[in-house]
Amino acid sequence: MGQAVARAGTPAVTPAGAHAMRPAAEHLRTAQVLVEADRAGRVRRVARALRPIVTTPQGLIGTVILVVFVILAVFGPWIAPQDPNAPTSFSADILGGPSAAHWLGTDENGRDVLSELILGAQTSMLIGFVAAMVSSVIGTAVGIVAGFSGGWIDRGLTLLDDWFLVLPLVPVTVLAASLLGNRASALPLGQTMVLIIVIGAFGWAGTSRIVRSEVMSLKQRGFVERSRALGASKWRIMTRDILPNVMPLVLANAVIYVSLAILTESTLSFLGLGDPNRFSWGQMLEHAQDSGAMAGGHIAYYLPPGICITLAVLAFSLIGHSVEHLFDPRLRERR
Amino acid sequence: MTARSVILRIFSAAVTLVFVLVFNFFLFRAVGDPKNDLARNPHLTLAGQEAVIKERGLDQSLAVQFWKYVTQTLRGDLGSSFANGQPVKDVLWHALPNTLILVGVGTVLASAIGPWMGMIAGWHRGKARDHLLTQGSVVLYSMPEFWLGMLLIGLLAVAWPLFPTGLQATPGASATGWAHFWDVSHHAILPILTVTLSLLAQYAVNMRSSVIDVLHEDYILTARAIGLSPIQVRRRHVVPNALLPVVTVIGLQFGLVLGGVITIEAVFSWPGLGQLTLDAINAKDFPVLQGLFLLTSAMVIIFNLLTDLLYSKLDPRIGD
Repeated sequence: MGQAVARAGTPAVTPAGAHAMRPAAEHLRTAQVLVEADRAGRVRRVARALRPIVTTPQGLIGTVILVVFVILAVFGPWIAPQDPNAPTSFSADILGGPSAAHWLGTDENGRDVLSELILGAQTSMLIGFVAAMVSSVIGTAVGIVAGFSGGWIDRGLTLLDDWFLVLPLVPVTVLAASLLGNRASALPLGQTMVLIIVIGAFGWAGTSRIVRSEVMSLKQRGFVERSRALGASKWRIMTRDILPNVMPLVLANAVIYVSLAILTESTLSFLGLGDPNRFSWGQMLEHAQDSGAMAGGHIAYYLPPGICITLAVLAFSLIGHSVEHLFDPRLRERR
Repeated sequence: MTARSVILRIFSAAVTLVFVLVFNFFLFRAVGDPKNDLARNPHLTLAGQEAVIKERGLDQSLAVQFWKYVTQTLRGDLGSSFANGQPVKDVLWHALPNTLILVGVGTVLASAIGPWMGMIAGWHRGKARDHLLTQGSVVLYSMPEFWLGMLLIGLLAVAWPLFPTGLQATPGASATGWAHFWDVSHHAILPILTVTLSLLAQYAVNMRSSVIDVLHEDYILTARAIGLSPIQVRRRHVVPNALLPVVTVIGLQFGLVLGGVITIEAVFSWPGLGQLTLDAINAKDFPVLQGLFLLTSAMVIIFNLLTDLLYSKLDPRIGD
């Protein structure tokens, strides 16, 4: 009876931990329990760190805008009043002003501007999210390996990081996207994939720098020592102990990078490197510019795409900055 | 700062430059397909293609190609444009001054107005003007630069036609001297205004948080305690210290500034590097795009180096 009570009072041990346990090593068991408790606490800490996204006004505004754009991105083809890809969408009503049939008027091919605008949300969200994911994965991997390994691996990766930070984003993405553009037909998603690759591949350096310095301080902490004492491999420590602890930082950084990715996508599309098979806000602005929409005073054509880009960029930076305290420990105390 | 650390910084900038060179070479060969790209160029005859292949060593081993590339680039030979056969060096050299005017005047104006806005916001933290300035800056910062330019054209060149909608000078006008200068200045105002607006928001936001940081320092408390007036505290202690990190931001973000100016030029048909980029993209003129990448990277590296040296001069705490 007494034994059962004692067992029930002992915190749960994972089967793997129980299996590895040696009879004499009671202290190892205690260490394992502490690691488990630490993991549970970590989830709570992450949740607490990310709470400002819905509790602060800026985070909330960003979230609301984001939700609207995500809905448009997913359900756009059903929401749009017209299918601008259909041959029937072309009409003689070229650069028409707003009307009951076309709320935002028509483009230089007589197609409905509002429909193109709604379909553009998908392109921005797709490229923004995936490119930010690509650069976060590269940046996190490089940062963890550099920070955890130290020595010449760290020096080499940090140098690489410095070099990539210097490359001017627009000229390098323009060059890479036009070179890669010749092979777009061989890639899934075509030119859209080219933009994702290019924006993702040149944006990781900032992330890896932040992650590296966080890892350098994390690896001195107790829970890493414990794992090491328990005989965990480097890979295990990096993926099970370090990675979950840098995740909040990586996520907050990724959210801010989504805004930069959306801005870069619109810039590249505006310069004529967009996907000709999709609608995007940057491309709409390119077409508006080329068809003389400004000189003709077609405000309904060139205003809305820019507003959408601005709102999308704003939403992600508001959400990112609402959890900014993750980057800067000094902000933690001040707020 | 010692001579040794200056030399070390210059050396590390040179190494970065070498990286950019190597990167450019492999980007062209790994991602692109030089021979195929040549064949696609409508402006080159078969004999012309052969000449380029021979000159660049495209039919030889990668090592030979690399050696030719490095020596030719270091001599300033960046190849010739696919579009019109002119040397890329001349094309870039011709466009660069026009871009530097926009970048230079825009950066100077933005770094005068932006930090001043940020100082007001930070000093009056939490008050109405802080909210107005900060939220305005954040919205301005989220706008794509080229769209900002389009808005200004729609507003100040079409709806209220104060300025021309684009180009650098009135077409067909053969004015010289002052008349020409005024004509060009008149055309430059809107692009410069766009560059300034696109930059100052960020400077303002940075200055604001820098001012708030400085206001928490002990020496500000001391300055107040010895009886300096708020104006004196602000002028002598807050502004000089708060400006330091902003100087770094202005210097280190030069690459983003160039990127922004490229799109702004495209909107205004301003004959600089941006207009060149746009034409090169449309003509798939890879040598020009490569030259643009090399030139802008080199400018960023040199600018970063200068910022670095200037910063350690301004802040005695950062020495070696």
